[in-house]
Amino acid sequence: MDGQTPWWALSPLETEAIALSLRVALWAVLCSLPFGIGVAWLLARRRFPGKAFVSGLVHLPLVVPPVVVGYVLLILLGRRGPVGAWLFDVFGVTVVFTWKGAAIASAVMAFPLMVRAIRLSMESVDRGLEDAARTLGARPLGVFFSVTLPLSAPGVLAGVILAFARSLGEFGATITFVSNIPGETRTLPLALFVFTQTPGGDAGAFRLVVIAVVLALVALAASEALARRVAARTQS
Amino acid sequence: MIGDASRPVLEIDVAARFGAFRLETRFSSTGLLTALFGQSGAGKTSVVNLMAGLARPERGRIVVDGRVLFDSAKGIDLPPERRRLGYVFQDARLFPHLSVRRNLRYGMTRVPVGERVYDFDRIVDLLGLDPLLERRPAGLSGGEKQRVAIGRALLTSPRLLLMDEPLASVDAARRDEVLGFVERMREQLGIPIVYVSHVIEEVVRLADTLVLMSEGRVAAAGGVEELMNRLDLRPITGRYEAGAVIAATVRAQDEDFALTELEFAGNRLRVPRIDLPEGSPIRVRIRARDVSLSLAPPERTSVLNVFAGRIAEVGAGDGAQLEVLVDVGAPLIARVTRRSVHDLGLAPGTKVYAMVKSVAIDRHSVGGRGSAADGA
Repeated sequence: MDGQTPWWALSPLETEAIALSLRVALWAVLCSLPFGIGVAWLLARRRFPGKAFVSGLVHLPLVVPPVVVGYVLLILLGRRGPVGAWLFDVFGVTVVFTWKGAAIASAVMAFPLMVRAIRLSMESVDRGLEDAARTLGARPLGVFFSVTLPLSAPGVLAGVILAFARSLGEFGATITFVSNIPGETRTLPLALFVFTQTPGGDAGAFRLVVIAVVLALVALAASEALARRVAARTQS
Repeated sequence: MIGDASRPVLEIDVAARFGAFRLETRFSSTGLLTALFGQSGAGKTSVVNLMAGLARPERGRIVVDGRVLFDSAKGIDLPPERRRLGYVFQDARLFPHLSVRRNLRYGMTRVPVGERVYDFDRIVDLLGLDPLLERRPAGLSGGEKQRVAIGRALLTSPRLLLMDEPLASVDAARRDEVLGFVERMREQLGIPIVYVSHVIEEVVRLADTLVLMSEGRVAAAGGVEELMNRLDLRPITGRYEAGAVIAATVRAQDEDFALTELEFAGNRLRVPRIDLPEGSPIRVRIRARDVSLSLAPPERTSVLNVFAGRIAEVGAGDGAQLEVLVDVGAPLIARVTRRSVHDLGLAPGTKVYAMVKSVAIDRHSVGGRGSAADGA
């Protein structure tokens, strides 16, 4: 922010925020993907008591204020919270006020989007093909990995991209749950927020906005390209 | 594989409910190829799904080749993957994300090597799949898809093959080709087949044992010749193509006039030349509309085939036409106007001459066991 550096050069604080955001989003998506696929399959293919409740719970972060999600996480996963205390006692892990907590907040907020995309894709897989696989000697788990999952790959991909983008943008739950600690939990949106609250922060805010837009566009383009490849593989 | 002719290939006695549709089916079959025939909605596909384990009966028992697949009384219910039945679906159901080769290998690789009955190359050869191996299912025609589906099912070394209207999504022009593959399969591999169809021509051409289904129940089960010649089953077997099915033997070739002489029940039947050696068994269908009746022996007629016999039964009805079952040593069905029945005084016992105008050849060999004996 001194006169010597060009206007577009990122300050160390900004680079840090971007790198942190990418790391948080990546881990959020990676860790929630197996659960996302599992829950999507349960909702798409199974009938069980309490299904409506599970579905509601999964979709809750989509409709409640993010601050509420952050607060609930804080209560559950805080040092003295029921889950947080257990995590600390058993594994010696603290998530509150760390980047891991930020990843958890992002994952929870992005989970409904991920599940929704995968579930819709799985529902469109012809059950007849799954039946055929059974008659050909495949067990239910084998059918899932050899037929259902490959055929819902476009949805899994869409879910991953959506969840990644949503994680990059996560703000409310993150700031409530893990606060706004530079280098630890100050992700891109939080850094942007700080700039907007600081006199003379416009240039930094502008750079981060550009970065955010570029990241989003790259993610979209990547998903388009991948989706086309997957479609070509499953249809032609 | 199934040597003992007296042991049923298949025993089914099940009750099931699909929404408002109730199915109560009971039959057994000793034939190598058992056809389930009936109008759509009769419950044919449901029976096949119950056999495959894709649907569950409320109660009952399913035994294939001496192996109990389902028995509600004993609490047996094998999952589909352990029933070892091949299933060729109406819509083929090939996996769109796999090549033809990987579709074919999908079930095969799940069978332990020691239990594999058919060699990959042999099946590929039998069904002519070699040019298709590297292609994707989406680029195949209906007939090609069905051939791949048949191969895929066979390569799981099944104890029995279920085929649910395999010709439904095949162009009319290619149906004969697929039927030919089914015939080759039963003759060369000797695998028992349950074949679902609502097309009587397919059934007569292929089947040894016929199971007629109507509204979720078995209306009749038995040999093809026997059932096809019963007037009371007409409403189910269909009126338009009504006719008698007769097991005959090739007797002689008349090269001068390009005719072949067949023999059935002591009668001589001349048909346009068929390229088969003397003594070959053959199944022919004589359609009711191609048979007319006369009280006196016809003279100076162009009809080559005239059989003397007695009327066994006059079908019921108040339409313009009636079906008349004539016993000429074997049963023959004639379609005549109700007016003629009245004018000629046709009644059971009346001595008549049946004139056969043309003959449909349904199968060039009666290869399976059961039918030849049943029909004679």
